[in-house]
Amino acid sequence: MVLSALIDASRLQFALTAMFHWIFVPLTLGLGFIVAFMETKYYLFSKKEGIENSEKAGLWKKLTKFWARIFAINFAVGVATGIILEFQFGTNWSNYSWFVGDIFGAPLAIEGIFAFFMESTFFAVMYFGWDKVSKKFHLASTWLTAIGANLSAVWILIANAWMQYPVGMEFNPDTARNEMINFADVVFSPVAMNKLFHTATSAYMLASVVVIGISCWYLLKDRNRIYAVKSIKVAAVFGLISAVLLAYSGDGSAYNVAKHQPMKLAAMEGLYQGGTAAPLVGFALLDPDKEIGDGEDPYLFSISIPKALSFLATRDFNGFVPGIDDIINGGYTYTDRNGNEKVAVPFEQKRERGLLAIEALKEYSKAARTGNDSLKMSAASALEDNFEYFGYGYLDSAEESVPPVALTFYTFRIMVTLGAYFILFFIIALYLHRKGAFTAEGKKVKWFLYLAIISVPLVYICSQSGWIVAEVGRQPWTIQDLLPVQAAVSGVSASNVYTTVAIFFVLFTILLVAELKIMFNQIKKGFENIK
Amino acid sequence: MNVFKRIYAFYYTGFKEMTVGRSLWLIILIKLFIIFFILKLFFFKSDLSDCKTPREKSNKVIENLLNY
Repeated sequence: MVLSALIDASRLQFALTAMFHWIFVPLTLGLGFIVAFMETKYYLFSKKEGIENSEKAGLWKKLTKFWARIFAINFAVGVATGIILEFQFGTNWSNYSWFVGDIFGAPLAIEGIFAFFMESTFFAVMYFGWDKVSKKFHLASTWLTAIGANLSAVWILIANAWMQYPVGMEFNPDTARNEMINFADVVFSPVAMNKLFHTATSAYMLASVVVIGISCWYLLKDRNRIYAVKSIKVAAVFGLISAVLLAYSGDGSAYNVAKHQPMKLAAMEGLYQGGTAAPLVGFALLDPDKEIGDGEDPYLFSISIPKALSFLATRDFNGFVPGIDDIINGGYTYTDRNGNEKVAVPFEQKRERGLLAIEALKEYSKAARTGNDSLKMSAASALEDNFEYFGYGYLDSAEESVPPVALTFYTFRIMVTLGAYFILFFIIALYLHRKGAFTAEGKKVKWFLYLAIISVPLVYICSQSGWIVAEVGRQPWTIQDLLPVQAAVSGVSASNVYTTVAIFFVLFTILLVAELKIMFNQIKKGFENIK
Repeated sequence: MNVFKRIYAFYYTGFKEMTVGRSLWLIILIKLFIIFFILKLFFFKSDLSDCKTPREKSNKVIENLLNY
């Protein structure tokens, strides 16, 4: 009970901090490229001769400066919010933090170097450098700031992907740490690659919606029309390309989840009893009384697409997709990460092997202390044989291996529905732009202007939902199959954790309000005071 | 002017001419103060901070993992 309260408190704190951090990061990642594109247009027009080109250059320069200011405010607002997450690793998740140390160390160190040197250096040139450095160098700095921000995110995402799909490491029983043996395996794992692609495109989509939303607010107020219309065009094109790529990478993400985290996929679908030719649930209401293994229908009602889940998960309309009950009971055939056909191991057997691994670690430690080399070798061998199920030894029942189904299921649908909506949204924006609907007579599309403003909070909900699916869906694992939250958490008191949650919540809400006020003030000022 | 003086002048004028940036820097500094001097010092002590060496840290984590 005490442990459960501590885990809940620590997870709540981590979730709140991560979600707070993720309010700012995606806008930085996407807006950086939008600003860089605008400055490129400015640079190209400024090189051409003639009054018309000079006017166009002036327009793109003003656009660049305005959106760069929004970028800077967002960057400043978000800066350091991620540091709290790193504190939490040491305080609330010390076993986890030590256990992963070497794998996390390398990507995070590279992230630190990139974040500090690349972003900070070129960020300063981007803001202080107008008229002080050459146009070419300034443009390069803007691009490098955008690329630097994205590269920083790359390393964090690689670390996150490793937790979902631990590869390229070896567990050292002397130190209780996972040590990297193959950097390329960690960096280029299919899960990492897809995660990078999916997260980056989601950030670009978010930034595009924000730019369109703010621009539409100007159109509603009948201000800065020429700048707003240009911004909408740039953002709609960037957003549409991103949203389509996002859908494509989302498909890849689901395929990876099906291969490497089948329990997460089962939770995403509310699927308890799997099968061949499995349908994809489009919309459904989950039965709150549904229990594992009761054989009841998990949905109160549902609308499904026949065979679609099988195709998405296995690339075969008749492929077998395991449900929660199947994964617990095992016995079905699947293809492992090396491409070999295998029979799924039931939960109880995984747990037994997990317990064997933990016992082997105990024997190893004892042998190391007493200098008994033969015992040490046999224990190391037993540990290695069973290490893939190490984490299962900490679970008392099969129920503990199942993530919160309802939260994963509904947030997945929110994410996918909104993702599809945004593809349509960008198409409409481009269509209206092409028809000249945003020009002086633009008031006739007031509905779209309001829709664009409402879409700003919606895109944040979409983005946060994606992370909820990814992180809640992999519970109870902090590292897939190796370390559940029960074993990862530190021995601190739950009340201490709740105290810091409260402090964090109050302080950061105050700061957020102050910071958003600055952001809204700048938006209200518009392009008028941009030189 | 040598390169270091030019870099100094670049940053000096840049910071001096800031408008919105001043409020943002103030908020960043308040935030960093809260993070490093309040949260880190009083609330986020590392659970392994009482261990002096990596060996001690390993032993403590092994003990935690085995005595769950």
